[in-house]
Amino acid sequence: MTLRFDLPEENLAGILAKAFRNRSFLAGFVITALVAAVALLSYVWTPDDVTKLVIADKTLGPSPANWFGTDHFGRDILSMIMVGARNSIAVALVAVGIGMGIGVPLGAFAAVRGGLIDEALMRLNDLVFAFPALLSAIMITAIFGPGAINAIIAIGIFNIPVFARVARAGALAIWPREFILAARAAGKGKMLITLEHVLPNIVTLLLVQGTIQFALGILAEAGLSYVGLGTQPPMPSWGRMLFDAQTRMVVAPWMAIFPGMAIVITVLGLNLLGDGIADILDPRSRRQR
Amino acid sequence: MSLLEIGNLSLSIGGTPILRNIELSVSPGEVMGLVGESGSGKSMTALTIMQLLPWVARATGRVTFDGVDILAASEDQMCALRGDDIGMVFQEPMTALNPVKTIGEQVAEGIRWHTRASRADAEERARKMLDRVGLPSAQFPLSRYPHELSGGQRQRVVIAIACALKPKLLIADEPTTALDVVLQAQILDLLRDLVAENRMGLLLISHDLAVVTEMADRITILRHGEVMEAGDTARTLSEQLHPYTRQLAQASMHVPARAKTYEVGQGKPLLQVAKPLLQVERVTRDYPGRRTSLFKRSAPTRAVDNVSFSMISGQSVALVGRSGCGKSTLARLVLALDEPTSGAIRFRGQDIAGKSEADLKSARRDMQVVFQDPYGSFDPRQKVERLVAEPLHVLERKPDSAERREMVAKALHEVGLSPRDMDKYPHEFSGGQRQRLSIARAIITRPKLVVADEPVSALDVSIRAQILDLFAGLNQKLGIAYLFITHDLTVARAITDEVMVMHDGRIVERGKTSEVLDHPQSEAARALVTAAPDLHRAIARRLREQE
Repeated sequence: MTLRFDLPEENLAGILAKAFRNRSFLAGFVITALVAAVALLSYVWTPDDVTKLVIADKTLGPSPANWFGTDHFGRDILSMIMVGARNSIAVALVAVGIGMGIGVPLGAFAAVRGGLIDEALMRLNDLVFAFPALLSAIMITAIFGPGAINAIIAIGIFNIPVFARVARAGALAIWPREFILAARAAGKGKMLITLEHVLPNIVTLLLVQGTIQFALGILAEAGLSYVGLGTQPPMPSWGRMLFDAQTRMVVAPWMAIFPGMAIVITVLGLNLLGDGIADILDPRSRRQR
Repeated sequence: MSLLEIGNLSLSIGGTPILRNIELSVSPGEVMGLVGESGSGKSMTALTIMQLLPWVARATGRVTFDGVDILAASEDQMCALRGDDIGMVFQEPMTALNPVKTIGEQVAEGIRWHTRASRADAEERARKMLDRVGLPSAQFPLSRYPHELSGGQRQRVVIAIACALKPKLLIADEPTTALDVVLQAQILDLLRDLVAENRMGLLLISHDLAVVTEMADRITILRHGEVMEAGDTARTLSEQLHPYTRQLAQASMHVPARAKTYEVGQGKPLLQVAKPLLQVERVTRDYPGRRTSLFKRSAPTRAVDNVSFSMISGQSVALVGRSGCGKSTLARLVLALDEPTSGAIRFRGQDIAGKSEADLKSARRDMQVVFQDPYGSFDPRQKVERLVAEPLHVLERKPDSAERREMVAKALHEVGLSPRDMDKYPHEFSGGQRQRLSIARAIITRPKLVVADEPVSALDVSIRAQILDLFAGLNQKLGIAYLFITHDLTVARAITDEVMVMHDGRIVERGKTSEVLDHPQSEAARALVTAAPDLHRAIARRLREQE
């Protein structure tokens, strides 16, 4: 048996044409691509070395030499944001991946099986949900040691129930539809129906949730780094930078403003991208501008 | 002096013309029937009178209600009119009521708002109104919630809300379309009585010519936003001067031509003559009751109760009954989508109850289904080619993609669609076309039996006639046996050899279609037959009344 997970059957040209007419997708795509490009660029070039401390230049305001100013160790903030983008994006992306990869099959399975198994899975979900995510992530990283990898795992685990819930709720709404009944009458098994009919119909929900979780992931990484349990110095991360800026808000506001803006713009871009993709994948939205 | 006068009304929404030069009037105590197929502008006319149009709508012309120029009236003036002088009843009783408010609150709401009556007074009046529409206080206290009522009872509540303030005009937009024929007859009776009591004008909007003929004094026929013909109901429909009127009337009475090849032999039950295709033996299906506490459940509901019947190849059998009688549950059991609590179902001699999907494969090849809702029965995210090809999944040998396209093209051709439609999405088709797609999907594996659950009840009359023709033709050409589930007796009469009448989970009567429908024996069958609107009968009665 061959299983195929089809997105709406449309040729690539059609999807691209639709993508270019969708403003929200375009805007989101441009912003996200820009952020990704900056992160990639940081591997080969940054305006300044982020590990170079020049105490003499500490907390300088934005200037032609340091566009976004310098921090309390005299490091160039623009360079730090560029390098920090790598961490923030990687952590959030992998965490969403973990959450989706485990949560969606779990939720879809619960919806298919129903009864006791569904009940047990969902109560387990609630249990994970009941712990404040960030607090638990702090706990996990405190036990297994701080660091980017542990932060990813911690954030990822708390993404699982979110996706499991969304997938289950979405699937439950699709299952009683008549086209599912028609597919069953055509002799298709529940596994096949889930792959062919249920998942494509909830992909929109999942994508939107995915962008939200991605944004939350960046914030969570920032939060973990903020309390010193995420990315370790000297590696910069957006959250760490905010933490360092906290006590110097009045004397050096740029230390908070620029990393904060980086987070806001990335999250905005991803939300727009998610909305756009959801629109494009819906065959009914063909005539949309 | 007319209560409502519509003259030269035109309406456009976002530049698209919806209505053109509509002329319509309703006098006090008169029932005006507004008939048309979907998209003809019936509901838009009603919304114009209520001024409930979307804000991009542009209406021109003249709409006068009781001396008030509606098109020029301010929102405040309209608020005073709506609910007080003009009441409205909607089609879908399930969604027309607010689920979190009691029926008492909902009826009293309008009374309090318009008359500034005290809560106690308003509730008193609400009580009287609910009594009047047939919901007596002993069984239906004001504290009931909509979900505790059946569809027919909810529609009575909606009518109570609309008529609570004795409006001068009542607009009923498809008030009985969502109900079965017996409830339909009761609701129509109620409306007729309310009109007579209060000298209320009634604008009855319906796609069903028979219903309108029974109710309306005068009739206006709409098509594509224009009035085709208007006038006295009996004369308009008996003379049928306008070609569209004739077309509509003929479509509502349409009987497909089919050679009656499967009549029951002289006194001899068919199952002894031929090898049965489908045998259902003493099948019962219970649904577990609601959980009342962690460990207790209320008594189970018996949806299908000890049902036995059989069908032979090529036979077309109707299963008729009121809503909730267990028809659809029985259909699911036959299709092996649900398992019987007890009893046996054999298809071509093979037991299919309680079998795994793998064991059912060969049975599934020969057994397909057509559903009621042409919108809900297709995955909106797949193209026609894959949707129609879905049942090919059960074939022994999977066709390759060229063969698959070939088979889909053939099936589409057989149902009167173009093979070019293969690359479209379901939303690009109209309701009737989608039902053709549904049939294409059902016949692609050349099944022996097709179970059709209310396959035409969501369609317009002219489309319905075409689809019935298609069903009849395929029965002739491919020898497919049909199990037709319907509450509409005209459909049963049109294309089936035998009728089974179901009531409270049991089959209470079975026989040749014409015999059962002309001379029903059981109580349930008689109720269905007398309640079913019939255009011939209605026109004849109207003409008699006028003489």
